[in-house]
Amino acid sequence: MRKIKSWGPGLLLVAPSIVIIGIFVYVLIAATANESLTDRHSAAPAENYVGLENYVNLLDDDRFIHSLRNLAIMTVVFVAGTLFFGVLWAFLLEKGVKGEGFFRSTFLFPMAVSFVASGVVWRWLLNSAQGENAGGLNALFGMVGLDFLQNPWWSHPDWGMAAMAIPAIWQLSGYVMALFLAGFRGIPHELREAGRVDGASEAQLYRHVIFPQLSPVALTALIIIGHMSMKMFDLIMAVSGAQFLTEVPAVYMWQSLLTNDYAKAAAIAIVLLVVVAVLVVPYLVQNARAERQR
Amino acid sequence: MRRTSAFAGLAIAGLLLAACGDDGDGTEGTGAGTGEGSGEVEVFTWWTEGGEKAGLDGLVATFEEECADFEFVNGAVAGGAGANAKQVLASRLQTNDPPDTFQAHAGGELLDYINAGQLEGLSERYEQWGLTDSISAELLEAITVDGEIYSVPANVHRANVVWANPTVLEEAGLSTEAPASVDDWLADLETLRESGIQAPLAVAVDWTQTMLLEAVLLAELGTDAFNGLWDGSTDWGSAEVTAALEKYGQLLEYANDDRASLDWPDAVNKVTAGEAAYHLMGDWTAGKMDADGLTPDEDYVWWPAPGTDGVFQWLADSFVLPVGAPNPAGTECWLEVVGSYDGQKEFNTKKGSIPARTDTDPADYGPYLQSALEDWGSSELAFSLAHGSAAPIGWIDATNSAVGQFSSSGDVAQLQQQLEAAAG
Amino acid sequence: MSVDVQVRPEVPAAPPSSYNRGRRVTARTVRYGLLFLFLLFVFIPVYVLLVTSFKPGAEAGVSGAWALPQNWTLDAWRSAWQTLSPSLWRSFAIAIPAAVVSAILGSMNGFVFSRWRFPGSEIIFTLFLFGMFIPYQAVMIPLRQLTGDLGLPGGVPTLIVVHIVYGIPICTLIFRGYYSTTIPAELVEASRVDGGGLLRTYASVVLPLSAPGFVVTLIWQFTSVWNDFLFAIFLSNTRNGPVTIALNALAGGQLTDYAASMAGALIASFPTLVVYIVLGRWFIGGLMAGSLKT
Repeated sequence: MRKIKSWGPGLLLVAPSIVIIGIFVYVLIAATANESLTDRHSAAPAENYVGLENYVNLLDDDRFIHSLRNLAIMTVVFVAGTLFFGVLWAFLLEKGVKGEGFFRSTFLFPMAVSFVASGVVWRWLLNSAQGENAGGLNALFGMVGLDFLQNPWWSHPDWGMAAMAIPAIWQLSGYVMALFLAGFRGIPHELREAGRVDGASEAQLYRHVIFPQLSPVALTALIIIGHMSMKMFDLIMAVSGAQFLTEVPAVYMWQSLLTNDYAKAAAIAIVLLVVVAVLVVPYLVQNARAERQR
Repeated sequence: MRRTSAFAGLAIAGLLLAACGDDGDGTEGTGAGTGEGSGEVEVFTWWTEGGEKAGLDGLVATFEEECADFEFVNGAVAGGAGANAKQVLASRLQTNDPPDTFQAHAGGELLDYINAGQLEGLSERYEQWGLTDSISAELLEAITVDGEIYSVPANVHRANVVWANPTVLEEAGLSTEAPASVDDWLADLETLRESGIQAPLAVAVDWTQTMLLEAVLLAELGTDAFNGLWDGSTDWGSAEVTAALEKYGQLLEYANDDRASLDWPDAVNKVTAGEAAYHLMGDWTAGKMDADGLTPDEDYVWWPAPGTDGVFQWLADSFVLPVGAPNPAGTECWLEVVGSYDGQKEFNTKKGSIPARTDTDPADYGPYLQSALEDWGSSELAFSLAHGSAAPIGWIDATNSAVGQFSSSGDVAQLQQQLEAAAG
Repeated sequence: MSVDVQVRPEVPAAPPSSYNRGRRVTARTVRYGLLFLFLLFVFIPVYVLLVTSFKPGAEAGVSGAWALPQNWTLDAWRSAWQTLSPSLWRSFAIAIPAAVVSAILGSMNGFVFSRWRFPGSEIIFTLFLFGMFIPYQAVMIPLRQLTGDLGLPGGVPTLIVVHIVYGIPICTLIFRGYYSTTIPAELVEASRVDGGGLLRTYASVVLPLSAPGFVVTLIWQFTSVWNDFLFAIFLSNTRNGPVTIALNALAGGQLTDYAASMAGALIASFPTLVVYIVLGRWFIGGLMAGSLKT
């Protein structure tokens, strides 16, 4: 360990950021957690601490369980969809095709658009009317003779949330593609050659050499897409608005604030934080460990 | 133009800030409320389009005449039925940054603000402005909390109205008159379905379903018992409520499946296009019909929801004086205009609602509003949950959610249990 | 985005291997076929947005969504512009300073965390990273209170501060990854041996090499601030908020003007799209060439 004189200035330079992050992230989380333990169910200030009562109530609340279920469905489809398209696109582009730059930029551009803006058009495309009154994608299916594909999209009572993931997949598959392209390109050329010299077929090469090399990329993509999905708010507000059918915890929290139920809103926010933390913290810890061993 | 006024508002705010820096705190409100003072009055509403915007403009025109010393600043936040606006408002009140006045449904919806001590009482002003005698006594009673009045109602809307397409009804061999009861209505719906209309009852998102549910409860329980639901004197768990909920469930079976993705104008369009026969919606629908160029009695008919004839389920938009409003003198001038004969006339003729005052000249209003005025004077009054006259926002939200869940589950027992829980 | 980004020339694609010609042609046809199919998928929403935005109000309905306008008109664009333009400028006023300041802070932090570490800097860095993954709902309730207590005027100033604060983690991450791959440790050591202090080393050695890192960071930050809806809806309103709020209001009203909302969605997406198109090469290059590690 070097002397303080040598590392001190470094700490000093980051100190403002440390203080800011300390306050705006950690102190505020603590404040939210604190609020979630009170009985502040109206605009008036809290009167008492009620322990974990708000959390117990949430677990007993059909509406909250329903919002968690919605979140789970959407997250699974969102993650699976972006990984599927992302890997496929990267695979198609990986070997170098004419106009690669064009395809890459096109697949990536939806990422530049906000969920609020894309929600405007997706609300139309995912119009639930079918048959003669069909609109949006259903009408397109009707026009090209794929009527059997028509479905109520997000207004399906059980699986609607899977459709809610479609705009999100549209938006972020390109990003996952970029991650995987970087991954493919990062694989040393010698490794492929070695495989070929050993007489591996192209398929075997991918299966045994290339894909295993990409598992860190897949993990990164999983974490990024997964945590984005769990925070999802804008897209749902833009496509369906706040309503029971498509409610996820972030929207339920918003609705609770609307009714001035601060304690419940805080409890939902903390549950959401814990869910995200379960996903992210092991990843961050592992990352930090790997870093230290370098 | 809203844009320009917003810009002007910003510029003026800048000037005012500079002015404040010069002469310190010499701009304290006098509290006398007689129109003395100056400065901006920020009026917070969710009226940004159509008749609502026109109504607001009408009010503003009157305000600019009567309160020439003050500057109107439009603080409108758009978005379905005020959902965004209410959130922004909650945030501003929490951070002690209230607008000078805001729009809220009179009645139960104001309770949260009142209990949190966020509103000033207005009873004295009522006397001063002579409002006590000119606003209907029943309405006054409904908006008085512990002897104090906290809001000035600008209008009255009716919620329990069914809008129907006469052509569709006639083609199915039905009369264009209202069915006498929910049961008769169910029979008509069945007839319509047999005639080939798959979903004769158009409904839209959660809150429109809540309105339908309320209309059924009102019809089946009767006015007194229905109003008792909101003050605890009627039991949400009773067998009568169960029976009503079952009828509501039967009605929904005749409704369109794509309801979650529709807002109320879409549902109205289904009716006017002949895709459906009925839609239950508040009487702001008359304004939309007008705007769409449709003729009453020819293109559409309306009647009180079946079984609620002679009952007026009311809701009222009102304005308040928040505690800590930056310019209370300006707010009082605004409120006085809102309560005045001219203000209500300017507002309501354009918005398509009836005034909260009793001294209205029906000749100023169109055919629908004339009939509403007549009914308002002669009917029993019932509260509306979906539109805030019955209960606080938390109750409304929990009910909408329960109704939304019922829309896909169809589980009456669960609905009843959740409605009971919502009543807290 | 837990990707360490470094910007260096793209690795050339692998040379074509010894396939037999017929198979190669088939493979290529299939590949291009698929790529064009996916292009279609990406462009569908854009088509509907564009087509609808040129329709007169009466023509713009869900049922005729796929048809070209019968009467082309710019009315919708005009009315959307009128509604959105003030908030569009506010979006610039928020996104530009927020992106610049958080990029500068990120550059300083990234330098310290990569090349001027102090005891515990890895742990602090990991704590920073967590701040990037949290669902912001978990800080929103007290944050609203805090910005009020700090006396920040609502709208633009508040949002600038908030986006700077919550942009610090991602900017730090990007610069740390960039510096640890592009700035040789020896260079920094040499400067220190010469008696160069922290700031001098940063200014004379690190900063001159930082331009590519700044481009990537600025694009990323600008885009995410521009597209933000969550902070905006909690901390501002249609009078003083960014374009996402105004667009949501335009598209979410009860008597929605569909043509205008589609034009509005395009207007609101325009600046980020331009950024992507003009500077996108850098960004994609940065993402793709980045070495991934876990």
